[in-house]
Amino acid sequence: MLTAPRLVPMGDQALIVEFGERIDPALSAQIVALAQRLRESHPIGVVDIVPAYATLALHYDSAAVGAGTSPYEALSEIISAWLKTQSVEPVNAGRLVEIPCCYGGAFGEDLEALANNRGLSVDEVIAIHSGATYHVHMLGFVPGFAYLGGLDQRLATPRRDTPRPRVPAGSVAIAGEQTAVYPLDTPGGWQIIGRTPLQLFRPTASPPSLLNAGDAVRFVPISAHEFDKQTKAQQT
Amino acid sequence: MSVTVIKSGMLTTLQDRGRYGFQHYGVPVSGAMDLFSHRIANILTANDADEATLEITLRGPRLRFEDDSLIAMCGADLSPVIDGMPVPEGKALRVRAGAVLDFGAPTAGCRAYLAIHGGFDVPMVMGSRSTYETAHLGGFEGRALRPADVLPVGGAKSSPYPGLAQQIASSKLNFSAPKWAVNQHIEKLGRSPQIVRILAGRHWDAFPAAARDALLATEFRLAVDSNRMGCRLEGSAAVTGGPAEILSEAVTFGTIQIPPSGKPIVLMADRQTVGGYPKIAEVATVDLHLLAQLRPGERLRFELVSLAQAQALWLKREQEMITIREAVGKHLNE
Repeated sequence: MLTAPRLVPMGDQALIVEFGERIDPALSAQIVALAQRLRESHPIGVVDIVPAYATLALHYDSAAVGAGTSPYEALSEIISAWLKTQSVEPVNAGRLVEIPCCYGGAFGEDLEALANNRGLSVDEVIAIHSGATYHVHMLGFVPGFAYLGGLDQRLATPRRDTPRPRVPAGSVAIAGEQTAVYPLDTPGGWQIIGRTPLQLFRPTASPPSLLNAGDAVRFVPISAHEFDKQTKAQQT
Repeated sequence: MSVTVIKSGMLTTLQDRGRYGFQHYGVPVSGAMDLFSHRIANILTANDADEATLEITLRGPRLRFEDDSLIAMCGADLSPVIDGMPVPEGKALRVRAGAVLDFGAPTAGCRAYLAIHGGFDVPMVMGSRSTYETAHLGGFEGRALRPADVLPVGGAKSSPYPGLAQQIASSKLNFSAPKWAVNQHIEKLGRSPQIVRILAGRHWDAFPAAARDALLATEFRLAVDSNRMGCRLEGSAAVTGGPAEILSEAVTFGTIQIPPSGKPIVLMADRQTVGGYPKIAEVATVDLHLLAQLRPGERLRFELVSLAQAQALWLKREQEMITIREAVGKHLNE
């Protein structure tokens, strides 16, 4: 398995398992696999298990963990022992989520400028963006927001100088070396290149998020007509 | 059963213990900023611990109880009055149908919690009734209260405090209260500077000694742009010299982030689930409610404790809650 993970406290009701200090899809896949297995084993007192790029956080209720020594020591021992017995093979190997995306036009106001800025044609940007497979390292920022790794360097573009007060939900965007989909209407400074008709976050659905850490993601170009059709299909 | 909102107040939201089990989907925990006062209000009204209370911020709402109700208010003293008569906090209150609850000047603390017997009957969203406004999630229609909202109240599960019901029947007032109250540590709310205990965080050692000293020696003020996401702090010394950014990872209730400005941000109930600023320290859970009760401009100072101390303090607090529950339980049949 990985180099021996290090456990460190995060306050008196959480701990962090540190596996490394770099962004690496292989490491991330292993962390996600451990997170899923740990969630299924329902460790006593643990209320949330949150994978990130190189760490796994466990939020716990120290009164429920109880135990003779200290709650942190008790839980750390249980988790350290558990980690030694675990395989890091992905649980659901290769879940690939396809995200339809209508690039440019009113849905992707920054696409042309981004293409010009990168010395590419609009079609080239679309081909590069939809030609790659992305890896979901983690979710955060807002509900259902996936941190995607794997953007082609040729598309890396800084944020807009002035953030927009409202970026519509479903917007597909680029900032620096990252690409992402906005799950909610929020303010945002990313370069908007398109929009998906899919809802990434639905509070009443189970699970509420379309994407999960560990997923592979591809963008599939669709026409405006197809966008409308899929939007209507989702509403019924 | 229902409660009608006549005036909404500055920021009034339904909150419970928080939304756990969904942080890996990026869903913030939310919940009451001051869980201590929230819990006591539920205990006083003989509610289950998972019922939601109204979190009332600084300037309170005007509410009309459409039915005879049992309520309690804990936390900040926002000068509550029922039909013009001041009413006490930290007590069970029987109110008559038609009674109007108003709030006056905030005299201590920032957030009051109003519980009602039977609980506010709004749908559970992902296992919680807490409001998370950014995603229009939970609570009453996913937002803060507005005038003319009608909050549904769940059916009474028992008939606590029969004596209070008799008392109100023969009273001219629209409420009745017992002689006893719960000591909710309210005297600590006015302390200045407030003393908030912290634990060294994951990046404590990555900051130079001068920065750690500044964190512990500086008297900070709560900045006006503080909110349910975070308490932003201002002080004469900046906490600088640490790493500019870290690889994003989970944060928690009470995480003290240091952004490049050197002005600490303490993450609170509506915090994001992950963050990319270095984490110099975490607030001990036992003292989080003290931060939640600070008003903009009020002063605080941090005091370093060990993990073992913080966990022992919390277990002691949990024991205290059991003691309070038992003590209140003895009055439920009076």
